[in-house]
Amino acid sequence: MVATQTEKVALQINSSPIITAEKVAAGYADNIVWRDASFTINRGEFVAVIGPNGAGKTTLFRLLLGLQQPFSGTIKIFGAVPKRGNPQIGYVPQRHIFDDQTNVESLELVRLGFSGKQWGLDLFSKNDRKAAFAELEAVGATDLAHRSLGVLSGGELQRIFLAEALVSNPSLLLLDEPLSNLDMRRERELLKLTNGLVRSRSVTALLIAHNINPLLPYLDKVVYIANGKVATGTPKEVLTSDVLSALFGVQVEVLRDSRGNIGIVGIEDYHGCKPDDFQH
Amino acid sequence: MTFNINLWVQLQQIFQFQFVQHAFEAGTIVAITAGVVGYFVVLRRSSFAAHALSHIGFSGAAAAVLIGVSPVYGLLLFTSLGGIWIAALGRRANQRDAQIGIVLSFMLGLGVLFISLYTGYATEAYAILFGEIVGISFSDVLLSLGGGLIVLVLVAVVYRPLLFASLDEDVAEAKGMPVLFLGVIFMLLVAFATSFAVQVVGVLLIFSLMVTPAATAMTLAKRPQQAIIISVAISLFATWLGLFISFYEPYPVSFFITTIVFISYLFARFIYPKIRSLSSYFSRKC
Repeated sequence: MVATQTEKVALQINSSPIITAEKVAAGYADNIVWRDASFTINRGEFVAVIGPNGAGKTTLFRLLLGLQQPFSGTIKIFGAVPKRGNPQIGYVPQRHIFDDQTNVESLELVRLGFSGKQWGLDLFSKNDRKAAFAELEAVGATDLAHRSLGVLSGGELQRIFLAEALVSNPSLLLLDEPLSNLDMRRERELLKLTNGLVRSRSVTALLIAHNINPLLPYLDKVVYIANGKVATGTPKEVLTSDVLSALFGVQVEVLRDSRGNIGIVGIEDYHGCKPDDFQH
Repeated sequence: MTFNINLWVQLQQIFQFQFVQHAFEAGTIVAITAGVVGYFVVLRRSSFAAHALSHIGFSGAAAAVLIGVSPVYGLLLFTSLGGIWIAALGRRANQRDAQIGIVLSFMLGLGVLFISLYTGYATEAYAILFGEIVGISFSDVLLSLGGGLIVLVLVAVVYRPLLFASLDEDVAEAKGMPVLFLGVIFMLLVAFATSFAVQVVGVLLIFSLMVTPAATAMTLAKRPQQAIIISVAISLFATWLGLFISFYEPYPVSFFITTIVFISYLFARFIYPKIRSLSSYFSRKC
């Protein structure tokens, strides 16, 4: 079958790399957390970054944000060395909720995502308000606009943070554990929403998570960080017993249940549901 | 002075006195700057840092008195240096509170030494600790005006980046905002506002203008701009009413100001929410 012209163009856009890493080693202080990472992430891909606690998932984000430098190797983002303050990146850091004394409406935070970098007083500008409302609508949170940040639930806050990150119209989204405080229903809702936004705007998204299962229906790629190494590829390529065993040099088993859920055994912790999880 | 029921005549009467005019002028400037800066103090959870700055300022004021210059110069110098130091500690330093507390008490001790070296001891110490607005000179008023204008212009320039860094530091930092520099600017704003507010309420009661009105305003309004306006309104109201009452009653101005802001806080915290829930209850019925 011959591809049409537009399909070809779409293919080209799809395959242009947004992030390239070559033999990168990274860590903090004089502590290397992972090394020899080489991978590319292309435009429009939805990528999960998974791995055990302390494996260096957030370190990868800090490299991309230009907040720290790799020890060796080169990492490039949009064809250049990462620099702090890149307007093409929307970032949602891992964080706790605001305390209930923070009585500031959530609209304000989204507005700051748009115009927070602007010096000087411009009280009469309605642009950021308009942009903020448009983005709140996109994440289905217009009803939260005038609610105080201090009283929002974890799921509601994640929507606001997503709107705050998206309002500056970035081409790359970095989401650090947005699912960590959510129950399964909210988790599914947020993922569906994120996926919809990523696809409709052809934004590239990297999402750090603990459990890969809820993400599996949406993913293009997995960046698996563990034991000081980084594996990248489609979930089918990477998440197999053979590939992970060979990469990490220990016996790793990838288990699948009848519904397609994955459990990875043998690397520090088990990335499915542990029996402990049911106890509390 | 006897109280006349006609308020206008009353005001005309007390404004005949120059010291009254000066007190109201300085009080107004201080109330506005403290009300504005106070909002960021509350938003950034920096009330302890503000408290510490005023105590660091105490030793500066005492040193200034000792060498024979206006206390406000000592206040400005010491609080500015102290502010830069506190900002440099960063917001995330675990031991920040302990470090600030340690320096605070040392500076207070230093202040006590300076005061004891000064022969005029009692009245000067009293003025620095609890404020002495009725004794304020015209040149002090001019100095407050200049300082107040600097503070307000600076706030206008850094308004949005400072709000961003205060509310969401991690994202602001990733977006390339100079969060440490903004922290320094913020502490300098606190230093300036504190230095002038000390003239009105003194070192020990600085909270009444820097924190209480802003904390009250934050419970009342969710939009920063509204909250700042309410914060200024409360501190202005408290300062004016406090000054006014103090011309008729033989008690200190600071007492009246602190009492008025405290009552406004109690109202906002405990009575206002009840009124609101009551009114929304009734409006739902309609």
